[in-house]
Amino acid sequence: MRDRIIFALQLLFTLIVAAFLAVPAALSIAAGVTVNYFRGIQSGVTLQWVAQVLDLYAGTIMASIAIALGTLLVTLVVGVPAAYALYVRGGRLARLVEEIITLPVAIPGLALALGLLLSYGGFGNFRRSWLFILAGHVIFTMPFMVRSVMAIFASIDVKSLDEGAASLGAAPWRRFVDVIVPNAAPGILAGSLMVVTLSLGEFNLTWMLHTPLTKTLPVGLADSYASMRLEVASAYTLIFFVMIIPLLVAMQWIGERGSAK
Amino acid sequence: MDRREGECEVTMMIRHGAALKVENCGKTFADGTCALARATLDIAQSETLVLLGPSGCGKTTLLRIVAGLEMPDAGGRVLFDGKDLTRQPIEKRNVGMVFQSYALFPNMTVAENIGYGLRIRGVSRLERAARVAELITLTNLGGLEHRRIDQLSGGQRQRVALARAVAIRPSVLLLDEPLTALDAALRERLRGELNGLLRTLGITAIYVTHDQAEAMELGDRIVVMRKGAIAQVGTPREIYFTPADRFVAEFVGAANIIEAPIESGDLILPGGRQPVGSTGSRARAVAMVRPETIRIVDADKASLTGIVDSIRFAGDRQRIIVRDAAAIPLALDVPHTIHVRAGERIGLSIAADSIRLLPAEG
Repeated sequence: MRDRIIFALQLLFTLIVAAFLAVPAALSIAAGVTVNYFRGIQSGVTLQWVAQVLDLYAGTIMASIAIALGTLLVTLVVGVPAAYALYVRGGRLARLVEEIITLPVAIPGLALALGLLLSYGGFGNFRRSWLFILAGHVIFTMPFMVRSVMAIFASIDVKSLDEGAASLGAAPWRRFVDVIVPNAAPGILAGSLMVVTLSLGEFNLTWMLHTPLTKTLPVGLADSYASMRLEVASAYTLIFFVMIIPLLVAMQWIGERGSAK
Repeated sequence: MDRREGECEVTMMIRHGAALKVENCGKTFADGTCALARATLDIAQSETLVLLGPSGCGKTTLLRIVAGLEMPDAGGRVLFDGKDLTRQPIEKRNVGMVFQSYALFPNMTVAENIGYGLRIRGVSRLERAARVAELITLTNLGGLEHRRIDQLSGGQRQRVALARAVAIRPSVLLLDEPLTALDAALRERLRGELNGLLRTLGITAIYVTHDQAEAMELGDRIVVMRKGAIAQVGTPREIYFTPADRFVAEFVGAANIIEAPIESGDLILPGGRQPVGSTGSRARAVAMVRPETIRIVDADKASLTGIVDSIRFAGDRQRIIVRDAAAIPLALDVPHTIHVRAGERIGLSIAADSIRLLPAEG
């Protein structure tokens, strides 16, 4: 009897916490498809706000996707070989480099952006181009890729695999392509999803770095909150949810599959 | 018929292997720990050399220096058939290596694993398939060609690792505790198989182990190592019957180490006298006697007697512990047809030539 009461209380608490998180999201989604939010859902359901957002902000959505993919490409091409080199080489220098790569996780996005502006703000063309935001995103997401890949390296004993391939005559690059990458694929995939998700949702840094011509989805979102009617901002949020939630689910799924192994 | 001849040729090629020379190779790690004192070794073509010792004795470091996975301290050299390969990384040395963890590639099938070294060498698909098939047969892996590595048992993995290492026709086969990850019964069976295979291939091999039974069965010669230095190099029989010091005597097989004075060629023990085959006297000597060389005789007629302390039945034999014969309890291995009881006084007979006097400082 006592156990059942404890269980019921725990369940209740869990549901309250879940609701605390889920209700605002649900309200926001509802607002995005309501004709007039102040009159409530009985005013009717519509996709006009979504259409309006797509019309007004399609550019920011495409920009976000392009930057997320660009960020992914750079973190893959640079981060995975870097993780391999750091892991196989080991030693104090490797640990130091790893710490430096990880630093952006701890530094606020605003500070990071300020640093970028101070260093490269003078290079007008670079400053005004998408590459500037891309650079910010790469710095911010790189540690997640490197960490994720190094974690899988540790779990698959990559050092032995590397030595095994080397003993059979494979040069470093060949080992990397034939043996390291295929066996580290789950970690690389997990890192990739994380990078894309973080890049799509990144606001702090991007807000500092953007120009009127280089706006991403979250920056556009902030704009619409400030200047548009609530339904439009909500519809915008809805679009963001639709983009980001499949990524989050995929991340969860890969994580579970990885731990089940 | 043609194919048969081809196979013969293959076997001949493997038989070549390289003669190795390890010259003055030591290893001090960056943090200052000395893993290996400077060592020099010659390994003849198609010889199996076993590096034997407890963990941390430097045997794996020595193997990794030969492999090219570690660089020896300045001044050390590794020569394959007289050619200095010290500066060459492992991928340029043409060594076949079997790792303790096997290091098989989980993203490849059994056949792909075995053929990987050949693929790297640019061997054509057809030739590769033939060679892989040959090795599958040799290592009894028939029917498993297309399995993934995680679908194999420990023993099968071990065989794949071996086949993969041999496939490239290496100059030398390097085995780093290849049987340690397996359970005892399987280990014993695979030890026999491995021995047969090494003899068939006739390839130069260096085998690292901490298991003296493996070392005895597989080694043409054994290098016993201790604390980063070579304690003794010799054939299994030399190591077993004439150990260089107390450490080797106790590490390889069971040994009674008796400390006692010698008077005119006899060890003076609490339970009597025991001739050692050499004349002269010494205030203190260290003598080694293997348990199986001590025989039980009639107590009244023996010059050395003791009291049975305990009897341990071991199936194929029994081990008897005898007290009061020497300062330490003596272990005897005798056939189980001999019946003694605890507390009984028995006579001990040891042939003088089966006693080995060891350096006293051991």
